[in-house]
Amino acid sequence: MSKTYYDPADLRKFGKITEWSEELGNKFFEYYGKVFEEGALTAREKSLIALAVAHTEQCPYCIDAYSKDGLQRGVTKEEMMEAIHVGAAIKSGATLVHGVQMMNKVNKLDG
Amino acid sequence: MGKLKTQSLQKRHSDLANTNKQLEILSGGIFADGELPTFKSKISETSQFPLTAKKLEILQVNVGYMCNQVCEHCHVDAGPDRKEIMTQETMQQILDVIKITGAHTLDLTGGAPEMNPNFRWFVEEASKIGVKDFIVRSNLTIIRANKKYYDLPDFFKKHNIHVVSSMPHWTRGKTDKQRGEGVFDMSIKALQELNARGYGMPGNDLRLDLVYNPSGAFLPGDQMAMEKDFKKALMEDFGIEFHNLFAITNLPIARFLDYLIASENYEDYMYALVEAYNPSAVANVMCTNTLSISWDGYLFDCDFNQMLELPVNSKAKHISEYNKDLLEGRNIVISQHCYGCTAGAGSSCQGVVA
Repeated sequence: MSKTYYDPADLRKFGKITEWSEELGNKFFEYYGKVFEEGALTAREKSLIALAVAHTEQCPYCIDAYSKDGLQRGVTKEEMMEAIHVGAAIKSGATLVHGVQMMNKVNKLDG
Repeated sequence: MGKLKTQSLQKRHSDLANTNKQLEILSGGIFADGELPTFKSKISETSQFPLTAKKLEILQVNVGYMCNQVCEHCHVDAGPDRKEIMTQETMQQILDVIKITGAHTLDLTGGAPEMNPNFRWFVEEASKIGVKDFIVRSNLTIIRANKKYYDLPDFFKKHNIHVVSSMPHWTRGKTDKQRGEGVFDMSIKALQELNARGYGMPGNDLRLDLVYNPSGAFLPGDQMAMEKDFKKALMEDFGIEFHNLFAITNLPIARFLDYLIASENYEDYMYALVEAYNPSAVANVMCTNTLSISWDGYLFDCDFNQMLELPVNSKAKHISEYNKDLLEGRNIVISQHCYGCTAGAGSSCQGVVA
């Protein structure tokens, strides 16, 4: 048993989740594969969205996977960093927009 | 052009300049302890072992390891310090063989093939024979390296040469990182000169294809999607046209192997190659229809085996001993580097194979 919560080598074992629940695991991977296929969005655009979400979700496996995926698709460092800023902006925006709720409450209680 | 990216393994007196050391690494570690299957056991799963040579279609000739560039991942370990150069005598032996093989493609590579002093003579003589597809793998910068090469685009045009050139990315930073400072700007200028002669233009028979190989420890993406991105960027930024993009996987040998080990990416890269193994790519790997000839005339199944000094498994080992019956049907010599040609959509000097 690992003494750390995250081991980079575990990413390679992701597919093994089907071993303990084959049907659900297979359905997930089928869905996952379909989502990332070329569609109304290009696979490259989807890769950048995934990279941004990987950061907002703070998933180290996903960050490793989509940093590499981006490189494979010719995505530049600048594009990757901009995508992460989009995620960061939404995260901080999501925090700050709740400030309106705080203001509403304070105004109601103490206006 | 600015400073060279690196030095050849030979010049650095690296352990990996010894091909036995490279083969030892490729057969040891994760492959020796069974963590990953060997290439032989993998292709045996689908009854594709042994791989055998079919009818010869492509003669790939390495006319020398001398190059004006020292790219980070060069599988040839080429560079200005390499003195291995094909002689006119060996070239003549190759010309004699081309006449009798019926191979439809002649593919000249290096190093920078243009740096061989007999390059132009060889091209002139070979073009008289009339192969269907006559390729020169030009690194582009050679065209602008010295005024004695400035007329190369005209020379290529005169002999209807199919120019195939490496371009790791459509941005300066990524290209220069892999191929050396100033390579991008010189390559762009060379491409514009080729375009000016009609090379790469839509509907023009003067073929200009680009080769993309990843700049680091990752596999190439989808060839068609990459081609679309390259075409869009090179047209918008520089008005450049080309015909096709070949996406080629970096094989874990020579300087790329050195890089993988030094950057601690070797195991992950081998895992990625094995995970991406595609049995349907095996049927069309280039070693089954290609013969690779080294600067000194020896025969190999492919350019990678040539660099690993793994000669053909045949009694005919030199171009002077060429014998169709001895070479056709020979068993291809394999090791774990072969996973590089069977990953994903497969990889060959002409791009994907599956």
